[in-house]
Amino acid sequence: MNAFWDTFGGAGRGMIDFAVHLYRIVHLSFRSLYWIFIGPFKGERIRWRLTFVQMVRIGVNSLPIVGVISFCVGLIIAMQAAYQLERFGATIYVADLVGVSITRELGPLITAIIIAGRSGSAITAEIGTMKVSEEIDALKTMGLNPIGYLVVPRTLAMIVVVPCLTVLADLFGIAGGFVLAIYNLKLPFLAYFNETATAILLKDFITGLIKSGFFAIIIAQIGVYQGFSVQGGAEGVGKSTTASVVSSIFLIIFADLLFTTLFYSTF
Amino acid sequence: MSEPIIQIKNLHSRYGTREILKGINLDVYKDETLVILGRSGCGKSTLLRHIIGLQKQSQGDIFVKGVNMARASDAERDEVLKKSGMLFQGAALFNSMTVGDNVALPLVEHTPLEPSTIEIMTRMKLELVGLSGFESFMPAQLSGGMKKRAALARALAMDPDILFCDEPSAGLDPIVAAGIDYLILKLKRAFKMTIMVVTHELASVFLIADRIALLDDGQVIFLGTREDMKNSSNPKIIQFLQRQPDEEVVDRELYLNSLIGTKYL
Repeated sequence: MNAFWDTFGGAGRGMIDFAVHLYRIVHLSFRSLYWIFIGPFKGERIRWRLTFVQMVRIGVNSLPIVGVISFCVGLIIAMQAAYQLERFGATIYVADLVGVSITRELGPLITAIIIAGRSGSAITAEIGTMKVSEEIDALKTMGLNPIGYLVVPRTLAMIVVVPCLTVLADLFGIAGGFVLAIYNLKLPFLAYFNETATAILLKDFITGLIKSGFFAIIIAQIGVYQGFSVQGGAEGVGKSTTASVVSSIFLIIFADLLFTTLFYSTF
Repeated sequence: MSEPIIQIKNLHSRYGTREILKGINLDVYKDETLVILGRSGCGKSTLLRHIIGLQKQSQGDIFVKGVNMARASDAERDEVLKKSGMLFQGAALFNSMTVGDNVALPLVEHTPLEPSTIEIMTRMKLELVGLSGFESFMPAQLSGGMKKRAALARALAMDPDILFCDEPSAGLDPIVAAGIDYLILKLKRAFKMTIMVVTHELASVFLIADRIALLDDGQVIFLGTREDMKNSSNPKIIQFLQRQPDEEVVDRELYLNSLIGTKYL
């Protein structure tokens, strides 16, 4: 009987904890979006200098890794596509497959996952360490709101930078396909170029960017939330950093599923 | 005496089910130095966190310059906080910024001053705490005492009316700790400031305090001047002043219960 109550009690507590987390994350997100979009009209200023510093840290410093990984993924997709399409002598359609799958899906997703691992974790670790060493309290006692001072610059930087990186990832992914098509499949450059250009529609590109904007909000908010919820010392920072990466990747995939379903059924 | 600048009325505070503060009533008057004395875990730091609005109480009210810290809007509270400084126990300097930037931050954020003016003011504040020439150092490069001084300079950046210090001499050697005490004394004389210090260091208490509040088990059990305290006959105060440990009460049954738990009884 005890085992019965333990099991169901545990499940119930888990559900309640989950609901509390969800409520807090949504609350935090609404407050930060309020500070970004409505705050400026109510006399709160956005700290552009801090935002710019974050853009450099999150965006510029991730350029090489995002470029290399999406190039490789483009190459991989092209090879897998060629493996199937060669049987029908239709290798020219590698261009369609690579172009569409990269712009619609893989560009935004890979960028988001790289940034979640690289910058989402960094945000959690930074804010978590600040919390442990009372720096957050110090900010509050100076009359500085942590949302305006810490959360808004990071969120804003993410929203600007992740779609930009996604465009780059799209280009590098398609370039990966090009390399395989020209050097291995011996397709003429112009034919492959034209095929890619006709295959990718503007809406493929745009839906990818819309997704990446939402991924950006997820990464920033989860990163910040996990940072603020650090308990204890260095160990707590480590735990929260792990939780930050795992939960933002999970939520990215989940949001991706929702958006893809929406775009697939409506457009 | 003049009008109280901080009023605490029937303050109760709890962590979970444990009640930390059990009905605190305390007035702090303008330009006085009040020291809150008490043993570790008696709730003195918690009291300070309540006053500056870092924690919300379960019951009672706190007014700082007439503003109810628990009920006021963020903007109202921030106005009060801008004109008060807080020295944290662990200094709480921003580790990603230089000492100079740390001190300059409140000025950069809250005043429309030119960068060159802010730079001069930062140097003045650092000079005041004896850290001139350390503007470009990172907090990690400073010793414990220097960090405290830098944090004090940051707390003073906005020329506050009220200065809160949480254990200013904790973790410092006696000489450095005395240095911090004399610094607070110097500030008290140089600027008209209300200073509220939380500590358990008797030496600093008798040096800086105008009035002393002794906290025990979440309640103020004594409030008065240094002389009142020295002449007091309250056994708890005598125990505190003479640094005597708690008497060990040996209750065999209670001890046994605490080891095996209650389920076998």
